[in-house]
Amino acid sequence: MNSGEESKMGLNRCEEKEKKYRRLKEVIKEYRNSPGPLIQILHEAQDIFGYLPKEVQYFIAKELDISSSRIYGVITFYNFFRLDPVGKHTVNICLGTACYVKGGSEILKTLKKELKVEEGRTTKDRLFTLDTARCFGACGLSPAMMVDKEVYGRMSPKKALQVIEEYKTKKE
Amino acid sequence: MIKVINLSIDGKPIKAKEGSHILEVALDKGIEVPHLCHQSGLSSTGACRVCLVKVKGRPELITSCTTEVSQGTEIITKDEEIIKARRLMVELILSEREHNCLICEKNGDCELQDLVYQLGIDNIRFPVNKRVEKTEDSSQVILRDPNKCILCGRCVRACAEITVQDVLDLAERGGKTFIAAGLDEKLADTDCVSCGACVQACPTGALTEKLARFQGRSWEFRKVETTCPYCGVGCQIELNIKNDRIVKVYGVDNGSPNRGHLCVKGRFGLDYVHHQERLTTPMIKKKGRFIEVSWEEALELVAHRFKELKDKYGSDSLAGLSSAKCTNEENYLFQKFIRVCFGNNSVDHCARLCHASTVAGLGRAFGSGAMTNSIREWEKSDVVLVTGSNTTEAHPVIGYYLKHLAIYQGLKLIVIDPRAIELTQYAKIWLRQENGTDVAWINGLMNIIVQEGLYDEGFVENRTENFNEFEKIISRYTPQKVEEITGIPEKELIAAARMYASGKRSSIVFSMGITQHTTGTDNVLSLANLAMLCGNVGREGTGVNPLRGQNNVQGACDLGALPNVYPGYQKVTDEQIRQKFEKAWNARLSPKEGLTAVEMIEAAKDGVIKGLYIMGENPMLSDPNLNNVREGLENLDFLVVQDIFLTETARLADVVLPGVSFAEKNGTFTNTERRVQRVHKALPEIGDSRQDWQIILELSRRMGYSMSYNSAGEIMEEIASLTPIYGGIRFDRLSREALQWPCPSSDHPGTPYLHKDKFTRGKGFFTPINYIPPAELPDKEYPFLLSTGRILYHFHTGSLSRRSKPLDSIVPEGFLEMNPVDAKRLKIKDSDWVNVSSRRGKVKTKVKVTERTDKRAVFMSFHFAESAVNFLTNDALDPVAKIPEYKVSAVKIEKIE
Repeated sequence: MNSGEESKMGLNRCEEKEKKYRRLKEVIKEYRNSPGPLIQILHEAQDIFGYLPKEVQYFIAKELDISSSRIYGVITFYNFFRLDPVGKHTVNICLGTACYVKGGSEILKTLKKELKVEEGRTTKDRLFTLDTARCFGACGLSPAMMVDKEVYGRMSPKKALQVIEEYKTKKE
Repeated sequence: MIKVINLSIDGKPIKAKEGSHILEVALDKGIEVPHLCHQSGLSSTGACRVCLVKVKGRPELITSCTTEVSQGTEIITKDEEIIKARRLMVELILSEREHNCLICEKNGDCELQDLVYQLGIDNIRFPVNKRVEKTEDSSQVILRDPNKCILCGRCVRACAEITVQDVLDLAERGGKTFIAAGLDEKLADTDCVSCGACVQACPTGALTEKLARFQGRSWEFRKVETTCPYCGVGCQIELNIKNDRIVKVYGVDNGSPNRGHLCVKGRFGLDYVHHQERLTTPMIKKKGRFIEVSWEEALELVAHRFKELKDKYGSDSLAGLSSAKCTNEENYLFQKFIRVCFGNNSVDHCARLCHASTVAGLGRAFGSGAMTNSIREWEKSDVVLVTGSNTTEAHPVIGYYLKHLAIYQGLKLIVIDPRAIELTQYAKIWLRQENGTDVAWINGLMNIIVQEGLYDEGFVENRTENFNEFEKIISRYTPQKVEEITGIPEKELIAAARMYASGKRSSIVFSMGITQHTTGTDNVLSLANLAMLCGNVGREGTGVNPLRGQNNVQGACDLGALPNVYPGYQKVTDEQIRQKFEKAWNARLSPKEGLTAVEMIEAAKDGVIKGLYIMGENPMLSDPNLNNVREGLENLDFLVVQDIFLTETARLADVVLPGVSFAEKNGTFTNTERRVQRVHKALPEIGDSRQDWQIILELSRRMGYSMSYNSAGEIMEEIASLTPIYGGIRFDRLSREALQWPCPSSDHPGTPYLHKDKFTRGKGFFTPINYIPPAELPDKEYPFLLSTGRILYHFHTGSLSRRSKPLDSIVPEGFLEMNPVDAKRLKIKDSDWVNVSSRRGKVKTKVKVTERTDKRAVFMSFHFAESAVNFLTNDALDPVAKIPEYKVSAVKIEKIE
């Protein structure tokens, strides 16, 4: 890639970002006078950006004239909002009754340690987002986990690590 | 009309105000209901569930902090079921964190600990979460320890409702809930203003004073209530002392002006009292070096030299500068000493540099130069117009209060200021005038108000005079003309005029942005005109309210540390008054007005003044045109400085006398709202330093005039006997009641607001005033307009705040604020070094690029000796008040490569 193309791409990225913020501004304008506009705006902002980066949180705080701590409180209260972009693969650990009884939480603990992330967060290399779910309807295979759309049954912490390892080495 | 609700608590019949909560009512009646998340003065959330009570007829337990009283209810605060439920709640709280009192700073002063004991909890039935999290210590003054947090949210509400900074909030949910600062950032990286309201609100050891850690436990402290020594708000503070060292400071809420709140300086900035550089021995300069000497030698030399100069050159060769930092009693003695022993009226102090124009202007318009109303009355105002006051930095506790009223009680704020100060964010209207054009916009507001018939005709007719002359002048200040002069768009000026005039109670708040101009007196008179025009004087929540800058600058003025008046603003030129003082003091007094502060420097330069006695002032940093000041002071034959540190001025002295700090004194300070408040001695004198009043007595005796007092209280009795406005002030009364002058007799309750029914001078006087531009405006050579002022973390010439470890670590150096547009043009980046020069001098400083400052304008604070802005400022004076024009001088800025 020559430098001309590179800067063109940079420009595109810049334009794209500006476009996103323009959309966000419109959203804020639309909702600002409705009662309790914050959650609606955060929803739309997550649609636009894919997640809610700090920069966007500050932007909304400033536009709505509310404190950043309030925004952070709301975002972290609701499971739906994301502080990180979604990783290439989403790993869901089932914590429904059957899976929980069969040791689902142990699997979660192991993966948290392995991937060095908390629930709901994305690894630094953006490969995995770790999440939990309440029953995939695969109780017969409990404890179960799901990577993207693939369900893995009868898991143990060790087996779960093997699955993760597969995805790490998997080339597109 | 507030309805009265009849109810019973634990069988006792009780009357309560409609809308009040059960818990407040119970506590008010002395019925103890345990609680953790509730704090008086903050909103209630019912988070901790400890204050559960029963209402007869209702099956469930309810939180008394969030339930309003209702007619005829019977409330039970204590029975077996309630106590069992409370115990369960507290056990659940205890299971969330491993509270280890052994390693807790708040051991012995912890509401949770007390409650556990009170409920007799000796074991926790639930597994305890043993996860330990890191403490957060980025702030210079506050340490956050999540392991001791019970999530009551008091810190969140204190930050949002008291300081209105909104830095803290609850984040996450369920077992993971924690208190986040900003977007879960370090406290130091947020908008935290280090006021410590959160620390004072915290019931446990989750938020503590960082520098007080391991310095003492609650039961080891001796507690002394006194008055804060920084600005003029007059916050009441409780010093917590161990081994004669101030370890912690709390705000006191006993009807005090601060309602228990403090700013960073009052709470964390008093450690200067113990600074190693405190002067402890008298010193005499011999061959250019200070030599420590005995008190005997120093006092003898001072008295001898002053006498010698007086004999040789006459009375007018001596002068004195008193101190707005010293007590009323000391100021009284100082001016008495000058008037009797020096034999002239050349006594002044730094009020000359801040509010001389207020005293002159309001004196002329109303007959009294002080703040007309009281701090708490803003609660009753509909509109507050703030101009020339960076309230949240210079008078933080008042600033927080105005923010609170604007956000929570619908107060309409109008801010008129050339800088984008913090209050502009809370204002309904912000007008940005060109610096130094105040008379024009005030006349403009009045022009609109008269044109639209919005003024108070009855008030103007019955209570004022000279309206017709005045109206002729303001009719020329059409909005269009005002826009040309001030840069304020016509429409916005009209909106502001309507808002101010439509308020049932509109109050004006101003400070040095109005006073420190060559037209300072004109500016103040114009504000007085505006208030009178709308009938906003003589009622609660209205008035013209100058915020006084020093802890006791009001008192120093009241007690006659001024060259034209005796204590109580009694004129030295009035024959009868003079005779009264001559008789009382048993001495001959001069009938001639003395010199003002800046005039003294000029007279020293000209060799007219030979000897100067300065107590607790630092003109070598505070006065304009410092090169000139130095020349004046160096030209003196004899300079005596009495202070607690070797200030820039003290270094030039022939004799230095070590006085004591506020913490070592008994006496009174008078705050900005004319409230006389006690200062209680909390510490012994440090080293061989002496009480300032005793030093004055010693000097006086040696100059042949003996005064004798045993205590500060005795001095106040003499003050009361000679000063009608202080006539009823006595120390024993001050310990029981809040007294604001005028308080003419011992049965007078004091005066929260002035000019009720009648102005002090009889009728309010409208002065017609034309706009005059500042003395020096930017030109080709000096293209920037420089203003000076204060910042939150420092005070005045920094002799105190620069010696406070936390304050000086938060802001260790001065800076010049510059607009990004100008910075870009001059290729200057944030933190670059520049030379700033004016016709009078040059200083080097760092740059802070910020939109707070308008284009072609720059701002510097005057706290930093290393980049002393007063080398640049203009010593052109207001012709009436003799106040210098600190707010406008022309400078040029050159980047240092």
